[in-house]
Amino acid sequence: MTDPFKLWSYLSSEPLLWLWATLIAYWIGDAIFKSVNRSPFANPVMIAVVILGAVLLMTGTPYQRYFDGAQFVHFMLGPATVCLAVPLHANLPKVKRALLPIAAGLIAGSVTAIVSVLAIAKSMGAGPELLASLAPKSVTAPVAIGISQSLGGEPSLTAALVILTGMIGAITVTPMLNLLGFRDWRARGFAVGVAAHGIGTARAFQVHETAGAFASIGMGLNAVLTAFLAPVVLSYFG
Amino acid sequence: MIPALSLILACQLAGEILSRAMQLPLPGPVLGMIFLLLLMSVSGKVQQIVRPTGQFVLQHLSLLFVPAGVGIVAHLGALREHGMGLAVALVVSTMLAIVVGAAVFVAVAKLTRSDVDD
Repeated sequence: MTDPFKLWSYLSSEPLLWLWATLIAYWIGDAIFKSVNRSPFANPVMIAVVILGAVLLMTGTPYQRYFDGAQFVHFMLGPATVCLAVPLHANLPKVKRALLPIAAGLIAGSVTAIVSVLAIAKSMGAGPELLASLAPKSVTAPVAIGISQSLGGEPSLTAALVILTGMIGAITVTPMLNLLGFRDWRARGFAVGVAAHGIGTARAFQVHETAGAFASIGMGLNAVLTAFLAPVVLSYFG
Repeated sequence: MIPALSLILACQLAGEILSRAMQLPLPGPVLGMIFLLLLMSVSGKVQQIVRPTGQFVLQHLSLLFVPAGVGIVAHLGALREHGMGLAVALVVSTMLAIVVGAAVFVAVAKLTRSDVDD
């Protein structure tokens, strides 16, 4: 029989193992999510991240080696973003009728997201580098990283903050807006797309197709607006 | 499936090229989404080709965020260092932005009489 350590060192350095682990972890997360009546608190992304994070820490596997395998899943984010055109197209008449609410909700949500995170973090003692990394936290990762870089933030920390923001939004949006009595799927979806980018959008699609389509629009528009707003707002917190 | 994927990747590729050539603040895939939307608006054929694949890919959109999410593990040190302050800032700011965005959307929809009709 082969030395099990040799076998492990072979498997853990090949893409196959970590690609498989990513699918299994998500499968477990999705099964738990469904078994608790799709409760937002059992967010499948969060469960899968916790499982995989624990496995990496226990096996001493560096993130980069994990990512070599998982990048095949990660790659699909680009094509999936393009595919958001499909539900968007189906909802185009609704979107055209809601252009003013969309514009107003975008500005309100985007400004609130940037100003509030900087105000709270600064009052709790965050330094300039952390503030710059936090400013674009509500925006889809590739755009947020670019913004953070141009503001003097730490790009890879920004990526982690962006994902955390997405999970927080996806978990809190449904119970919070139910509690406050919001029934307009367009408003609910749009707001979570603006505040919590793609992970919020994925959550919106789990709840309602119209909410998902409006979340896609919110995510796309806020990426543009934050690129312009973040430097301006940050300069007041310098 | 193959025609649909070719079309989707073509849109993304066009988006990447435009984004880089013009140094736009939007990433390639978001521009690709706009391209696909335009193609779908002018061609029923494109709608037919892309719809089933698009719906399949979006069904498990959450899965695609897992690899980037695991990256949080690589930053546990930095995140722990700022601990509570960071957690409060992220949670409060995200919840506040959702409520304010949704409230303003609904208020303006009422003002402009573009209320829900379904």
